[in-house]
Amino acid sequence: MLEKIVFGVLDPEIIRKMSAAKINKTELYDQEGYPIEGGLMDPRLGVIDPGLRCRTCGGSVGECQGHFGHLELTRPVVHVHYSKIIYTLLRMTCQKCGRILLDQAGIEKFATGKKSFKKLKSMMKAKCPYCGETQKKMKFLKPTTFIEDKTMLDSNQVRERLQKITDADLIYFGIRGMRPESLIITLLPVPPVTVRPSITLETGERSEDDLTHKLVDIVRINKRLAENIDLGAPDFIIQDLWELLQYHVATYINNEISGVPPARHRSGRILKTLTQRLKTKEGRFRHNLIGKRVNYCARTVVSPDPLININEVGIPLLIAKELTKTINVNEKNIEHVREMIKRYPEWPTVNYVIRPDGRKKKVNELNKEEISKEIGIGHTIEKQLEDGDWAIFNRQPSLHRMSMMGHKVRVMPYQTFRLNLLVCPPYNADFDGDEMNLHVPQVEEAQTEIKLLMDVPNHIRSPRFSGPIIGCSKDHITSLYLLTHGQREFTRKEVVELIRSCGIEIEIPNKKKISGKEVFSLFLPKGFKIEYKASCCIGCPKCLKEKCPYDAYVVVKNGELLTGTIDKKSVSAFSGKMLDEIDKKYGHEFTKEFLYNMTRFALKFLTRYGFSVSISDQDLDEKIMKKIDEIIEEARKEVDEMIKDFKKGKIETLVRTTPRQSLEAIIRKKMADTLNKIADIVEKNVTDNNTVIMAKSGARGSMINLVQCAACLGQEAIKGERIKIGFHRRTFSHFKPGDISLESKGFVRNGYKQGLNPFEFFFDAMNSREGLMDKSLKTRHSGYLERRLIGALQDLKVEYDGTARDSGNKIIQFVPGEDGLDPSKIQKGGINVRKIADDIFG
Amino acid sequence: METEINILNHELIPKHILLSQQEKEEVIKHYGIRKINQFPKILKSDPVVQLLEAKPGDLIKIIRKSDTAKESIYYRVVIE
Repeated sequence: MLEKIVFGVLDPEIIRKMSAAKINKTELYDQEGYPIEGGLMDPRLGVIDPGLRCRTCGGSVGECQGHFGHLELTRPVVHVHYSKIIYTLLRMTCQKCGRILLDQAGIEKFATGKKSFKKLKSMMKAKCPYCGETQKKMKFLKPTTFIEDKTMLDSNQVRERLQKITDADLIYFGIRGMRPESLIITLLPVPPVTVRPSITLETGERSEDDLTHKLVDIVRINKRLAENIDLGAPDFIIQDLWELLQYHVATYINNEISGVPPARHRSGRILKTLTQRLKTKEGRFRHNLIGKRVNYCARTVVSPDPLININEVGIPLLIAKELTKTINVNEKNIEHVREMIKRYPEWPTVNYVIRPDGRKKKVNELNKEEISKEIGIGHTIEKQLEDGDWAIFNRQPSLHRMSMMGHKVRVMPYQTFRLNLLVCPPYNADFDGDEMNLHVPQVEEAQTEIKLLMDVPNHIRSPRFSGPIIGCSKDHITSLYLLTHGQREFTRKEVVELIRSCGIEIEIPNKKKISGKEVFSLFLPKGFKIEYKASCCIGCPKCLKEKCPYDAYVVVKNGELLTGTIDKKSVSAFSGKMLDEIDKKYGHEFTKEFLYNMTRFALKFLTRYGFSVSISDQDLDEKIMKKIDEIIEEARKEVDEMIKDFKKGKIETLVRTTPRQSLEAIIRKKMADTLNKIADIVEKNVTDNNTVIMAKSGARGSMINLVQCAACLGQEAIKGERIKIGFHRRTFSHFKPGDISLESKGFVRNGYKQGLNPFEFFFDAMNSREGLMDKSLKTRHSGYLERRLIGALQDLKVEYDGTARDSGNKIIQFVPGEDGLDPSKIQKGGINVRKIADDIFG
Repeated sequence: METEINILNHELIPKHILLSQQEKEEVIKHYGIRKINQFPKILKSDPVVQLLEAKPGDLIKIIRKSDTAKESIYYRVVIE
């Protein structure tokens, strides 16, 4: 039984005790290819070849974890990772007698007060209070050299010094239960072969692990050093070899020490040694111990399917046959299980049967009859995935809790996961090749938790902004805009056909003509009531409310859409007000069905009535083009005038800016205003074609996008300023140096439709490059911030008494979030008392 | 002329109240605190703590203004 784990420094004595073999030979294998005893692949260090038995414990591969060996270093070397501690110890103890450089008073003061090396250093005496020795100046040269008054200390000397320090003094350095001389390596533990297995290539050649390579280097140099000492070689040769040994041991421990050239493989590849195995994202800790691979999961490309419900996920049959759910056989399901087994290759069946004694048996066509007879209560089976089973669906990066939601399985043909388009926003998924993961819960408890806590409808309202994160986008919105805008009418036949072909069973009023608004109202709950401005509202100075000429004021009373257009503000993810209200009033489950039915209908409607965009949507009247030309010409003239004034020194300087900066600020503002003016003209004069409808309804694109295509791109800016003229004082060689006119500083007169001239094109490319860089830098930054936040907050929890506490039961907040409210369950923007009063009193 | 500013009256400083021994016991009992270090901490050298003349181990009640809850109550234990 494991009683405790102690972290510390290995004593040479312990290394010798745990060693299974002494290593002193440089060769790994003999001529026959068998490992040499005393070599680094010594058979006593464990087994890596299947079929062989360990020479030390007799275990086979898997049973034997391997055994450490040891290598006696001819001369001791410093452990690179401990060199700093060694330096502190050397500096703060007497160079002659090894006592701490504090007198009795100092020790007492230090023992009771604040304990830090800084403090200790400041209290240190220059003369040893015990033997009176004046201390020489000590220097530490990274990574492993110690210099005392210009003479280098070798590792033997350092070791002797450390030996002299008494255990009592060590306590003041915070060292307990360990001798400091262990920090100098005299006996090197050789890790078992299981830690550094060699690979046999197809050619029969053996390829050794990086660690083995490094260890061979150490053994070789160690041997050479010993031979040279025996031969009585001159001091400088021994010194050189000693340093080389130090280098090899240092890089064996860490091959990324600054100032030390990394040890390389014959091919020039940098070796991966001990520290490199543990460190960083790809190291043992973050890669293998914190992050583990799991069974019962699948991953493939996702594609859309608007016909499955939002809490369903389409799973390829191929995957459904592979993934299994564990079922305990009892008297109620035993007959069903028998039938499933008998069905064998036919889906859904059983892949494995586990007997009560733990034996696992794979079902196949030969043994299925036998197994179905043999099966009894107490057996466990692994059943293939069926419709209605629960699973966790996930898309990386999992930035918030909606990145992992519970879905009901729906087995389908073909190779992709299918998901409803409404759940794209929470996962941030699109279908340009995105892949997603699926996890199947195995125990009943897990399945229940997923159903109760992780089911998609529970996540319609995001805790990030207390609004819906699941909602319509793109085509849904276009469709609803087309349906509800103005007084569009349909015959009853059309409506019935549309709704019934989606398989929606709602009552359709028996009228000859049904308006689009009435059709939409069919989906609304009875008694529903809401009023707000739609997305296509243009913000008139005085709102006419119900009489809005743009049909942008939505009024719903008693579940009837009276005026207004349904668009982005109504039903979209992130900003859908109607969605928000429905979710609040009628609950998640109702909202789910509402969304599912409504979007299915919307898509059917759009398909039936057609929607396409064309380049000609961006055509503008010649008259308008002329007007735009005039505006730009006017702006250009004004700017030229300003530049002239500036050169004469006649410019009004804004507060806290130089005249030059003021000029820039004024020009920037001028150009922004010009573009707005152009946008206004375009918006007023553009015909209501499909591109415009998309922009107005908020389905895709914006008015600015349209203006930039049709009319004028406007001023390009880098870091918020017009493009700089730089050291050459001009942006292109056809400008005069010092030219700060509009053209020279990145004003793009043309729109994408007309085409940009080469210079304009370059300015635009500069701008878009900046955008691209910003985006990638931002994601990297926020990703790291997220990681740190998770690390800091991961085990905070709201206790039953309502306080937020950490794992040490320390209180972090007395009322979580100061108000104790769950942001995923409250109304965005506070409670509207007037509305509640209206609801009650009519 | 030197005017002394009492930071306790400053708008940006939330109200700090030094609790009496009895009040402290009540709070400890209410939150089921076993060790005093389970409370959030405040340094003895904190200007407000110095003005209140609180000693290490004392409990300070802080009433903050909050956008969402109007007022929120927090406790901190004075440490060295």
